[in-house]
Amino acid sequence: MALVKTSMGRRMFIQSSALAGGGLVLGFNWLASCKREPEVVGLQMPKEWYEINAYLKIGDNGVVTIMSPNPEIGQNVKTSMPMIVAEELDVDWNNVIVEQAPLKTEAFTWQVAGGSQSIRNGWEPLRMAGATAREMLKAAAAQAWQVPVTEITAAAGMLKHEASGKSAGYGEMASAAVNIPVPEEVVLKEPKDYKIIGTSRKNVDGKKIVTGQPLYGLDYRQEGMLIAMPVHPPAFGMKLKSYDATDAKAMPGIKDVFTINLYNENFPRGAFDHSVFDELVIVLGNTTWEVMQAKKALKIEWEKAGDVAVDMQFFGNPTTVKHPSGLESSSAHKEQMEQLNSRPGKVVRKDGNPEAAFRNAAKVIERTYSCPFLAHNTMEPMNFFANVTADKAELVGPIQTPEWTEPAAAARLGMPLEKVDIMMTRMGGGFGRRLYGHFVVEAAAISQKVGAPVKLVYTREDDMSQGTYRPTYLATYRAALDENNNLTAFHVKAGGIPESPLFANRFPAGSVDNYLAEDWTIDSNISTGAFRAPRSNFIAGAEQAFLDEVAEAMGKDPIDLRLELLDRAKNNPVGEDNDYEADRYAGVLKLVKEKSGWGQEQGNVHRGVSAYFCHNSYVAQVLDLVMESGQPKVERVCCAIDCGIVINPDAATNLAEGGIVDGIGHAMFSELTFADGVVQQQNFDKYRLIRHSEAPKNIDVHFVDNGIDPTGLGEPPFPPIMGALANALYKATGTRYYDQPFMGNKQQRVIG
Amino acid sequence: MATYTLNINGKEMQVEVDPSTPMLWVLREHLQLVGTKYGCGIAQCGACTIHLNGVAVRSCQLPVSAVGSQEVTSIEGLSENGDHPVQKAWLEVDVPQCGYCQAGQIMSAAALLKNNPNPGDAEIEGAMSGNICRCGTYVRIKKAIKLASQSSAS
Repeated sequence: MALVKTSMGRRMFIQSSALAGGGLVLGFNWLASCKREPEVVGLQMPKEWYEINAYLKIGDNGVVTIMSPNPEIGQNVKTSMPMIVAEELDVDWNNVIVEQAPLKTEAFTWQVAGGSQSIRNGWEPLRMAGATAREMLKAAAAQAWQVPVTEITAAAGMLKHEASGKSAGYGEMASAAVNIPVPEEVVLKEPKDYKIIGTSRKNVDGKKIVTGQPLYGLDYRQEGMLIAMPVHPPAFGMKLKSYDATDAKAMPGIKDVFTINLYNENFPRGAFDHSVFDELVIVLGNTTWEVMQAKKALKIEWEKAGDVAVDMQFFGNPTTVKHPSGLESSSAHKEQMEQLNSRPGKVVRKDGNPEAAFRNAAKVIERTYSCPFLAHNTMEPMNFFANVTADKAELVGPIQTPEWTEPAAAARLGMPLEKVDIMMTRMGGGFGRRLYGHFVVEAAAISQKVGAPVKLVYTREDDMSQGTYRPTYLATYRAALDENNNLTAFHVKAGGIPESPLFANRFPAGSVDNYLAEDWTIDSNISTGAFRAPRSNFIAGAEQAFLDEVAEAMGKDPIDLRLELLDRAKNNPVGEDNDYEADRYAGVLKLVKEKSGWGQEQGNVHRGVSAYFCHNSYVAQVLDLVMESGQPKVERVCCAIDCGIVINPDAATNLAEGGIVDGIGHAMFSELTFADGVVQQQNFDKYRLIRHSEAPKNIDVHFVDNGIDPTGLGEPPFPPIMGALANALYKATGTRYYDQPFMGNKQQRVIG
Repeated sequence: MATYTLNINGKEMQVEVDPSTPMLWVLREHLQLVGTKYGCGIAQCGACTIHLNGVAVRSCQLPVSAVGSQEVTSIEGLSENGDHPVQKAWLEVDVPQCGYCQAGQIMSAAALLKNNPNPGDAEIEGAMSGNICRCGTYVRIKKAIKLASQSSAS
């Protein structure tokens, strides 16, 4: 691999010699927050240690602390990102302590958990952090031993000079390394030389998780902390009129009841400063249980809200988001969507002459697919701690976008950004819900108002009835076949409330001469947002189920049809903006074909295949169903993934398994519906999530080994499985499934 | 408000709370044992699972007034050093993703194995069906339960 200039990232490698040594404790400390003494687990940093750069500290005994810069939502970055630093530093992983880094945007890149971008964006800075530190240690040793630095080798935490036989641990050279100038350039390792990357390492928080140590935002506490819970309108399209808190305030443990407004009116909102309920009633008390009871004693009058238009900045693009007045219902949504979908949409892409091709077709296949709103339902409901004083705002908790939320909190508090500090806890799930930091701003505003440390806690019902939901979508696909069953045209028209799921330039665009992609949208006052693999989480399953029907009509094997189309897209692509690499797409299909034993299935196994590209990675899946007592049971899922270099293979496999289970669960069971603006499923008694007996019996995951720089994995395994499931269900039952959830209300019982 | 002397993880602990307060919140907020998690508050997700006299119960539905002198075990008290066979198996299989539900999963699994040291697939699924894992680690949970079952037997 190449010599890499460090200058672009130099600011993050400026050594902070003022901080070196003396056991300065950075970051926040759970010890201070809990009465109980946590168990001391494993390695400890010694009293004397040196901060080589923002990513790592080396103790005089050679123990290394690596800071994990990004928010951990269960995607394993807290383990896998430090592994990348450790690889280039060349240190024994057993000698590494991992800590959650503070939010420090001047030192770290992309402190966000979103878009499956953590490893992809961190790949270069993480390696450079390790490599520059390694070179500084080598330079320190060269100076100490008075030998050329080129003769020093570094491996597994040891520096060696072969000719003189001298050697030293990193810890012995750390104090001197701090004063070595950061190298202008470093040589990064070749993948073939990796000793940590590509080897499976256990979750660094594993022991704490299985022993119940405090790790999550909801576990955080400070002395004197009060609990705040919000009451938001019972329906979308409503707002607060008046309230009477006399009874609630008289209840035990209740300190106060008041209202807050969320964002400042003149605050330029970013893409994730998102909430349709601006005014909330807040109940403040000593304990969560007491506040929960007091909420029930509030007498609140609500009234219909008017039309709302919010000016927002979507990464530099000013947009006005419209929330029309009214109380919306799922039945009306369906009618509206079908009506709009029956008209011409906005043409997003057109190749050739699709109209003529459809006119002249020997056969046209047309199918319509739909999916409902979904709630993220992270197991840990929304919560955040805030302690706002005149001098500073200390905000602690689970947030996927700390660096984008801090400015919103600062603006709401009327404080300069440098006085606002967000500290990240491990998160009980993200799935996109915690990209939207309104609850951070709410906690901050409450603490500022009452002048006390406060933890804001949502109940499950609060969480499920004030979401940033996965939108509801509808898509119609059409394929034209000629008299020889050749595919001559492809048409997709897709829309949703409030956004369209269409990706006009993804496969099969580029592989069909005549192609048309249209979309449409319907405004709504229901708050929606990114949900694991936004838009792909519907359109992948729809498209892949449609292709299955097209293959059947053409009399082709569904994998062969895809490979033929991809061959066309590679050798003679239609159009120029095709948003995928045909070779890598075909690669995962070929791998899954081989690993699943495609075509060799036994009598009672019903198979479906699917493949999709999103978030820079390629995934193909084969799902095996069997029928047990008339119920479908997923026997096995075989999954092939091309996400480039895999950092932590077993953890990556775990993440893919989870994405598959998640996809099967949502496609089969989950839906959120509305009646007069009211969410009809507010807890897990009505909202169905997949459970143990419904998960596949076996999942095998296979990675393409191609040495390409790593891309995302949190999202890509999730969308395509819905298509593989629909296709297998068809084989098993003879019925095509077009509308999610496939099992709907027809089947509330657990299968298997 | 009333004063209760509880037997938690083998120790006597005193709390002064409203009698209706569920053990979930007594553990989390009055005793700072936060390993037991809040997920739904209506016994649908299993994140709050503890043992009452060795039986898995949802602590969000167990008022403190109903506990008396019965033995309460939370995840913190499942083993001295995090070395219960189920905890060891969870680490060996590296089950958790976000990890939030796992204390409840482990408590349900430990109670299952206590009564049925060698459960089959259907028995595991039945005993664990009240515990939701939103990250979808079900395949690994089953694998870890089987591993714990084998290691306990040997």
